[in-house]
Amino acid sequence: MAGLHKSEFTNPVIRWVDTRMPVFTMMQKEYGSFPTPRNFNYFWNFGALAMVNLMIMIITGIFLAMNYAPNTAMAFDSVQRIMRDVNYGWLLRYVHQNGASMFFIVVYIHIFRGLYYGSYKYPRELLWMIGVVLLILMMATAFMGYVLPWGQMSYWGATVITNLFSAFPIVGDPIVTWLWGGFSVDNPTLNRFFSLHYLLPFVLVGVTFLHVVALHITGSNNPLGIDVKSPQDTLPFHPYYTIKDSVGICVYLMVFAALVFFAPNFLGDPNNFIPANPLQTPADIVPEWYFLPFYAILRSVPNKLGGVCMMFGSLLVLFVLPWLDTSKVRSARFRPLYRPFIFVLVVSVVILGMVGAHRPEGIWVVLGRVCTAYYFLHFLVLLPIIGKFERPLPLPESISKPVLGGGGGPLPAGAAAKPMEKA
Amino acid sequence: MDAASGAAVAPAVGSEQARTDRRDFLRMVTGAGAAIGAGAIAWPFIDYMNPSEDVIAAGAAIDVDLSKVEPGQQITILWRGRPILVVNRTKAALETLQEPGLVGRLADPASTVHQQPPYAQNWHRSIKPEFAVLVGICTHLGCLPKYLPTPDPTTPEANWPGGYFCPCHGSKYDLAGRVYKSVPAPYNLPVPPYRFSGDQKLRIGENPPGATFDLASVVQM
Repeated sequence: MAGLHKSEFTNPVIRWVDTRMPVFTMMQKEYGSFPTPRNFNYFWNFGALAMVNLMIMIITGIFLAMNYAPNTAMAFDSVQRIMRDVNYGWLLRYVHQNGASMFFIVVYIHIFRGLYYGSYKYPRELLWMIGVVLLILMMATAFMGYVLPWGQMSYWGATVITNLFSAFPIVGDPIVTWLWGGFSVDNPTLNRFFSLHYLLPFVLVGVTFLHVVALHITGSNNPLGIDVKSPQDTLPFHPYYTIKDSVGICVYLMVFAALVFFAPNFLGDPNNFIPANPLQTPADIVPEWYFLPFYAILRSVPNKLGGVCMMFGSLLVLFVLPWLDTSKVRSARFRPLYRPFIFVLVVSVVILGMVGAHRPEGIWVVLGRVCTAYYFLHFLVLLPIIGKFERPLPLPESISKPVLGGGGGPLPAGAAAKPMEKA
Repeated sequence: MDAASGAAVAPAVGSEQARTDRRDFLRMVTGAGAAIGAGAIAWPFIDYMNPSEDVIAAGAAIDVDLSKVEPGQQITILWRGRPILVVNRTKAALETLQEPGLVGRLADPASTVHQQPPYAQNWHRSIKPEFAVLVGICTHLGCLPKYLPTPDPTTPEANWPGGYFCPCHGSKYDLAGRVYKSVPAPYNLPVPPYRFSGDQKLRIGENPPGATFDLASVVQM
């Protein structure tokens, strides 16, 4: 039986497949018995939620593409046809449209979790960097998807964002022309954005797979930020975390449904109900809410090239975050000096979001500049310095000790084994 | 302590059984809930691929003016993406349809197979004998049969009385769309629902008052 996998499954059909292609063994190892820290809180739901969200986006997107026409003469009308004439078209489109917002809510909380509990630190640097790649791919996908309905904000958003590249000296203008495939945002641009908007989600699936591969090598971080030291510290992924994730998915779907059924256009821009018109710019060009903080950084710098560099820099700085933070302690729970600053960062990003939604006048200019400065100060100055001077709180001996109590030693074998025998 | 543990031991067998039943019940309810939920989610996606409102509207009944159709002439109208043939048959052609010589060469001369509405199940397969209304798609593999109304001694076969000839695989029909014996096509050409909204006005896609016939119900389109 050379080369055949020794399967532990008893069902003859599963066993037949598994001995030849051990996908069932793999799933059992990675999602069944996978040892997972026993002290997860609900912040650890958001990776699974992001995966569910990506699936929802891909499925609704494939169906929407069946009735969408990527042509400047037909795009707007084809979307209206989906909303009015196609069976359940309104539902699928609103799920897809609000799904983008839900995706960013989920991913931003997921990133905050990583920042707060130090999930980017050794040995999870590559895992974190793949995550940043996912974020950037997701932003590109969302941006190109927003162009497809070919409303006023689609068109002018595409014009403004593609023109960002014109800030770069010498290569800037040729790059913009290349992105457009013409002399302005027009039919060739819409065509390629549709093509890429369909492609990139599958790239996201591939990179997400790498994200999970890297995660399953290092294992998950946990709210204490300390390493798993013994099997006492872990629980099998199934059923403990499949159930905990399911609870989170239910809550997530309730929020999602509330948005879709009761306020489907709450997060959208009314200007996108007007067909694209290259001869008239809307009074206020505002990106979707999830891009507002970055848009605010762009506008806070009184120099075209500088603003563009700062905006891209605000994402790129995340790549080197594992080396900017000099503290070896992961969880902010045990970092009294760092802990307040992570909240200051959150507040300044929220304020940047508000700045992005307002015209760059008066107080909003000042707020935008202060918060932009803090964003970079936080990553480039505070993180390296705090790690050097901070005195972390004492770390618990193990994950299981605060949970199981006692001396921290292994429990008597019978205590844990008994209930299992009954079941 | 002793009393409590004693009380727990006595009904243990029964409660074990009860617990198992409860487990099975909960599992079934959960499974049923999941199945209903999956169905509820799947349905919008399935229905999304059904004809949309505008497609259905575009497939509504259409009017044809017959006053311009000369005797012996055929016009073709596209209805729901299919060619609908409307022929003003001559007196001679109508006589031919009833000749025993022709009828003997047909596979289903009395239109017993459900390929037409009941009001067209007659020797001329139409409401008015002179006007034939047919779906011009060969029942073999979907090609469009040619209209060859003129009798010919040799082409496409000996003693041709006039009718339809499919260029793809040689299926033959008479001028009422009735299929010949020993040709690849198995059934007569379908007749769509239609009615006369005026003496010379044809409405394709609508049955005469009182009749119900759906083109999708025919044995072979």
